[in-house]
Amino acid sequence: MTKHFDESFAKKWLGATGFGIKLLIDSHEPRIGEYDPANPLIFTTGPFVGTMVPCSSKFGVFAKSPLSGLLGEAYSSSFWGVELKRAGYDALVIRGKADKPIYLYIEDEDVAFMDASHLWGKTTWETEEIIRDDLRDYDVRVTSIGPAGENLVRYACIINDRYRAAGRTGLGAVMGSKNLKAIAVKGSGLIEVAKPDELLEYCLELYRRFQGPATSKYRTLGTPANVLILNTAAAMPTRNYREAIFDKALQVSGETLNERFVTKIQACSSCPMRCEHIAEVTEGKYKDAKVRVEYESLWALGPYCGVGELDAVIKAIELCDLYGLDTLSTGVSIGYAMECSMRGLIGEKTSEGYKLEFGNADAMISLIHDIAFRRGLGRILAEGVKRTSEIIGAKDFAMHVKGVEMTGYDVRGLKTAALGYAVSRRGAHHQTHGAYGPDLSGKVDRFKAEKGRGKLVKDSEDLYVIYDSLTLCKFTRGAWKGLEEIAYVYSLVTGFESSAKDLLRSAERINNLARIYNLREGLTWRDDTLPPRIMKDPIPEGPAKGSKLTPEELKLLVQDDYEARGWDERGIPTRSKLEELGLEEYLPVLEAEIREVK
Amino acid sequence: MKKYKFVYCDPFKCVGCGICEYVCSLKHEGGFGAAYSRIRAVRIYPNRNVAIACVMCEDPPCVKACPRDALSQAEDGRILVDEEKCTGCGLCVEACDFGAITLHPKRRTPITCDLCDGTPLCIDACPEDALELTTRDLRAGLKRLKAAQELTR
Repeated sequence: MTKHFDESFAKKWLGATGFGIKLLIDSHEPRIGEYDPANPLIFTTGPFVGTMVPCSSKFGVFAKSPLSGLLGEAYSSSFWGVELKRAGYDALVIRGKADKPIYLYIEDEDVAFMDASHLWGKTTWETEEIIRDDLRDYDVRVTSIGPAGENLVRYACIINDRYRAAGRTGLGAVMGSKNLKAIAVKGSGLIEVAKPDELLEYCLELYRRFQGPATSKYRTLGTPANVLILNTAAAMPTRNYREAIFDKALQVSGETLNERFVTKIQACSSCPMRCEHIAEVTEGKYKDAKVRVEYESLWALGPYCGVGELDAVIKAIELCDLYGLDTLSTGVSIGYAMECSMRGLIGEKTSEGYKLEFGNADAMISLIHDIAFRRGLGRILAEGVKRTSEIIGAKDFAMHVKGVEMTGYDVRGLKTAALGYAVSRRGAHHQTHGAYGPDLSGKVDRFKAEKGRGKLVKDSEDLYVIYDSLTLCKFTRGAWKGLEEIAYVYSLVTGFESSAKDLLRSAERINNLARIYNLREGLTWRDDTLPPRIMKDPIPEGPAKGSKLTPEELKLLVQDDYEARGWDERGIPTRSKLEELGLEEYLPVLEAEIREVK
Repeated sequence: MKKYKFVYCDPFKCVGCGICEYVCSLKHEGGFGAAYSRIRAVRIYPNRNVAIACVMCEDPPCVKACPRDALSQAEDGRILVDEEKCTGCGLCVEACDFGAITLHPKRRTPITCDLCDGTPLCIDACPEDALELTTRDLRAGLKRLKAAQELTR
């Protein structure tokens, strides 16, 4: 069934993030199970997708998350979203469940459910290739799940265009629960914009600027530059957050990666910056491993597990991509298991017989197989750190927020970021707020929890919702001349008059709707918290030595955030805030929640 | 003397961003879409990239293949299409070794690089400077220079 968004919908909800959250909250009854066929799997694009606006080829994926039971939200990039747009769709909502494995084949207005029994069990890369061969169409773009999604690993992801992942919050498992192996898309549409001549001229100027100093990090070392930056600041979570400095950081640094393994830096569609660092292992035990490497994946499967062999890390990332596992949650789950093993809480061996201990790359790689196929210890770890810790009874060092595993910033000494993680609408994540920015740049005292950080986090969350909705790569954030410029480009594309203020208003509305969704699905203020280790165990060494976030500090920060948001002390948006944002229709949802919390 | 200019892509510089396709379709069709572009970016995984446009063959097989003489070659090497004669049979597509001539998604007649009347927009827009307007003679000179550098090292 095809529905049309009208102009007011487009303006009110902006793009990928807004469309996704709005469609999600309106598409299912409250409190359904994550694997209920009624849980909609939603793919969204934004107004810039498929145009020449630089670095705008992302798409969003949404569903109720198998990890958090709350908002599931992830983004990916490259070509698939562009193709969906060319086929004529801003969004795709998939409900129900197939009796047997299928894949969805979309070519413009033609939509077909294809048999995927021969694809079930295949890796994501094999799936892409087989579908292209089957269709005899080498321009078709594919997004798919691997064995991890089929086996309902709670942090399974969705992989497209080989190296790109809609990584977080377990949306691959939702896809697997529907027996949906892949979505193949081909579009022949011509995407028109309101002011083509002006847009051309403006974008050519942006291309030049986006190759300037503001983006040089991404174009040279890439995000793995963070390894040494964060390590120097004692802000790189190491060995399951036992440390914040990795003794083998140099071995897994961006510098080493580029010197020894990177063979090409290539681009997503419409990107003049290009940052996709393709690493290849050419010798040794992991010969022929080839994959795109970013800091977060490298961190999770390197320092976090105490692994200092970069070729093993590359292999581990490749396996995660092949199996369709979120590298972040996978690494954090394995790091957790390593600590449990160290403490004698779980068996010490992986199913291939490797001893589970920090730094053992073989054990880490072996566990990735175990998790994807739910073998041995993998049966429990596939449930994610939160559920694993409940089964084992060791919650103090289970590193997750709202069931979603932590990412690569040690928030004990980055207290604005700590707040960002605590209140993030999709659980632990850095890309909903980027609040490590002011901490690391020295704009604020990173060791201090004080009033004002709430506003800082709120503002950056709203800003990031604009980026995500307009599917702009956040790596461009230093290159724009502010939000007014983005609003101007938005006007050139859509023909809608727009200003920074308008965009911010939409973003605030979207963040409030996400809050309403989460409250509806059972979130309370108690969930806006951080893992106990963040509050109990201080950073043991380096420039952040002794730093931790006390419960009192957390409370102060969270309350400051609620206040900045115009929410009450339990984190519930007030009636006046909802009216101000045009969200009155959701008042009944909230009133039910208010009673329940009392 | 034939010295056809054509858009050449250096595969070592190309990153596969497809910006050439975006600007080409905009210039020729007023909107964006790879299928409307006269130059196409192709990626071979994991990491090989190249953009392909008409090389303005000296003796173009697409022209020879057309059973209705709808295609001809202009003096500067560009392939011209007589829309009246063309039936959209696609034999030109089959004849081209590069996939550089395709049928317009809606009109269903051939489209191929027209060099934007002398200054191709794709070359101007390419962020990696991977594209250049060149001739086979110029390419040969460059190849000779590279070979000489190797031979004399």
